[in-house]
Amino acid sequence: MRLTRRSFLQAGAIAGGGLFVGAFEVTAQQGPPPPPTFDAKAFVKIAPDGTITLVSRNPEIGQGIKTMLPMLIAEELEVDWKSVKVEQADFDLAKYGMQTTGGSRAASNNWVPMRQVGAATRHMLIAAAAQKWNVSEAECFAQNGRVYHKGTDRSLGYGELASAAAAMPVPDLKTLKLKEQGDFKIIGKATGQVDVPDIVTGKPIFGIDFTMPGMLFAAYQKCPVFGGKVKNANIDEIKKLPGVKNVFVVDTTVKAGPVVEGDPGLEPGIAIVADTWWAANSARKKLNVEWDEGPAAEQSSAAFAKRALELAQGAPDRTLKNDGDVEKVFKSGAKVLDAAYEYPFISHAPLEPRNCSALYKEGKLEIWSTTQLPARGTSLTAKQLDIPEANIKVHLLRAGGSFGRGLTNDYMVEASHIAMKMPGTPVKLVWTREDDMQHDYYRPGGFHFLKGAVDDKGKVVAWRNHFVTYGDKEHFSSSAGINAGEFPSDFVENFAMHVSAMPLALKTGALRAPTANSQCFVMQGFIDELAHAAGKDPVEFRLALLGDGTHKGYDVARMRAVLQAVAERSEWGKRKLPKGTAMGVAFHYSFQGYFAHVAEVSVAANNKLKVHKIWVCGDIGSQVINPSGAEAQVQGGVIDGLSELMTQEITLEKGRVVQSNYHQHQLLRLSKTPQIDVHFVKSDHDPTGLGEPSLPPVIPAVTNAIFAATGQRVRTIPLSKSGFSWA
Amino acid sequence: MCVRAVRFRRQFGEAFWRGLGQICHRLVSDMAIELTVNGKAMSVDAAADTPLLWVLRDVLNLHGTKYGCGIAQCGACTVHVNGEARRSCVTPISTVASAKITTIEGLAPNASHPLQKAWAEVDVPQCGYCQAGQIMSAAALLEKHPKPTDAQIDAAMDGNLCRCGTYVRVREAIHKAAGMKGVA
Repeated sequence: MRLTRRSFLQAGAIAGGGLFVGAFEVTAQQGPPPPPTFDAKAFVKIAPDGTITLVSRNPEIGQGIKTMLPMLIAEELEVDWKSVKVEQADFDLAKYGMQTTGGSRAASNNWVPMRQVGAATRHMLIAAAAQKWNVSEAECFAQNGRVYHKGTDRSLGYGELASAAAAMPVPDLKTLKLKEQGDFKIIGKATGQVDVPDIVTGKPIFGIDFTMPGMLFAAYQKCPVFGGKVKNANIDEIKKLPGVKNVFVVDTTVKAGPVVEGDPGLEPGIAIVADTWWAANSARKKLNVEWDEGPAAEQSSAAFAKRALELAQGAPDRTLKNDGDVEKVFKSGAKVLDAAYEYPFISHAPLEPRNCSALYKEGKLEIWSTTQLPARGTSLTAKQLDIPEANIKVHLLRAGGSFGRGLTNDYMVEASHIAMKMPGTPVKLVWTREDDMQHDYYRPGGFHFLKGAVDDKGKVVAWRNHFVTYGDKEHFSSSAGINAGEFPSDFVENFAMHVSAMPLALKTGALRAPTANSQCFVMQGFIDELAHAAGKDPVEFRLALLGDGTHKGYDVARMRAVLQAVAERSEWGKRKLPKGTAMGVAFHYSFQGYFAHVAEVSVAANNKLKVHKIWVCGDIGSQVINPSGAEAQVQGGVIDGLSELMTQEITLEKGRVVQSNYHQHQLLRLSKTPQIDVHFVKSDHDPTGLGEPSLPPVIPAVTNAIFAATGQRVRTIPLSKSGFSWA
Repeated sequence: MCVRAVRFRRQFGEAFWRGLGQICHRLVSDMAIELTVNGKAMSVDAAADTPLLWVLRDVLNLHGTKYGCGIAQCGACTVHVNGEARRSCVTPISTVASAKITTIEGLAPNASHPLQKAWAEVDVPQCGYCQAGQIMSAAALLEKHPKPTDAQIDAAMDGNLCRCGTYVRVREAIHKAAGMKGVA
């Protein structure tokens, strides 16, 4: 099917306006601006035999987008979902508009435009049929891939109408009526991921599976200290090892602090290319390298912790917010609490290690990548390797998890650089698990020194936070910042937020629910402490803190609703629990979603923790687009949170990341997985995303439950640092 | 080093010895190994210490078996060796020369294994990267325990990590498959 470009420029002007909303913090920094339009024919292909192919534009990393976006198109197109084929788009900004995965933005960014694509196409098919039959369009309707004429038995399949439809005028999107919620046939139905048949049969669909004739395999050795350069290495010896085709030193320089840029560029190291990956990596193990480690070799986690305590004693670098007079309240005779909270650096650790394939031929660079931000990857590659962006073609391959790791594109630049050194030869770079864990963009650790006060009625009257993080006097390291409006900012009359920062020569970045995944633990933990100090029920105390007023950027009614719903579903305060078993509650607003969780846990002797059940209530708007995918994302968020809670920690010694593999940076295993009750509270707002907002409250819900069960207040994660382990 | 060798070394120089060393290394370690993979007999050239995983992926182009950790921590590389679940990332190819190897590609014709059907019905995968390993571990479990208890599922599946957190559905799908026809 062909729709005219000109017509859809008109269509796109409106739809495109809604495409670039807000943008994820990382996406907004660099990369070309999105084009003002997008082209519907890029998304829908109807073959003469009636085969309908829908194109999914965003990178698929396991969030289910390759299923969800085509569902939106198919709904309005009026086709049987089972008959539809789905294709992954290559990266092409001009054709598809913004193609990013991040910030849980896909649902809100695509909710209207993708349905408009389907509806406009359907209208043109109806118009084509009406013209053929010489009847009015009002007498025709579309259903299940055919257009019917009311009152007669005439009908035509979409395939038969496709070429005529292409010549029809595109309906004005301003007046294009989309379906009412009650008429949905596909949206709202639990729909299995389109790639499941390929996944369960082992088809080569992931980035690491990509192959082509003549391909060579690469390993890349970087200095264990960020930014370290090669002084000397036994390159000639390595060149002679079995299967090795090429070995070379990459002598670049990256800025190692005080604030490392989001994408610092091609890091120095040694590339080894061989006829199999095992040969490349075996040769790499025989490398003998003398490194110039640079200033980052002085860094250690112990020193950062010590320095954080020192900074907390002094005046802060900056004050982000200072409402009322907290110091006066602290001296007023109110009940005052002090608490120091701490969370570690952690690694994304997607199960598929970073990898990328590239072919450089006749001045053109072709890349096969699992990036979440192909636009940024392309511009970074172009800049770093001095090749015009127009000469780079990026194919998007399914990622074996990402969790934000793919927002940065270091592996793409490395693979491209190696390929450009070997024109005509396709090269696949595969990192080891150890590379992946020791050269990540870590979720930054942080330290919060809190002081709060409750009055004799149990109301929070003052809240002060001195947040010690990473950066310099003016900038935060990537994802190490804090929002001055972070709850309970604006909800407490006397509220102060101070920050101090330590220079850091390490890559940091967004990890699933960035900033929320760490700060929710702190805020909801300290709120819980204040609740107990006030002698109040933790749910009632939170409802009182939320109040019923209005706050900019925070819908109190939605948060109250999910909090009340989760209390009800978990029978909060209503069930008699055995000794050592208790419940904890927490809520958080992040990535447009309102979530409240309750955890039921028991703690046995020796701090053996069992999480029995987690109840989750979330408000992501009026419509859960794919209930199967939605429930899966919440289950995943909960399990991810439990992994972070118990053991995950990246530490530095002599500038090196200590942890190297899953035995040291652990994931929750099946036998420790609790029951998870997922419930969505509907509200009158357009649907929003689910990749992130269900994660943050998990951690404090459990730590608050631990307090309720034992009286032991956990202010440091991971729990393993305080002697906890899974029962 | 004996006197004769020293004399040889003087005579032929370092390059000769390096070359000889490489030839000997290849004679010892790089050889044709007979394998039976998914019912097909085949011969592959690989160093004896190459893990089965990398022979499957890079030599035989069977990419369904996944690399996750390389140290038998994650289970993404799980295959069957003579019907038993085995982590192929730590299995040297020389140790499975006479064994019957089954990968996800050879589990059942036309995705007809009850686990494959159950996996689709329950919509288990998120990213999907660990799922071949999960299914292979589960298939070995069902061979031994056609109606596994939760405790048996815990024991059999705890070696398979899922970074996305699909465990609730993994358990559900195993129970579902156990209730289907065709399970041993």
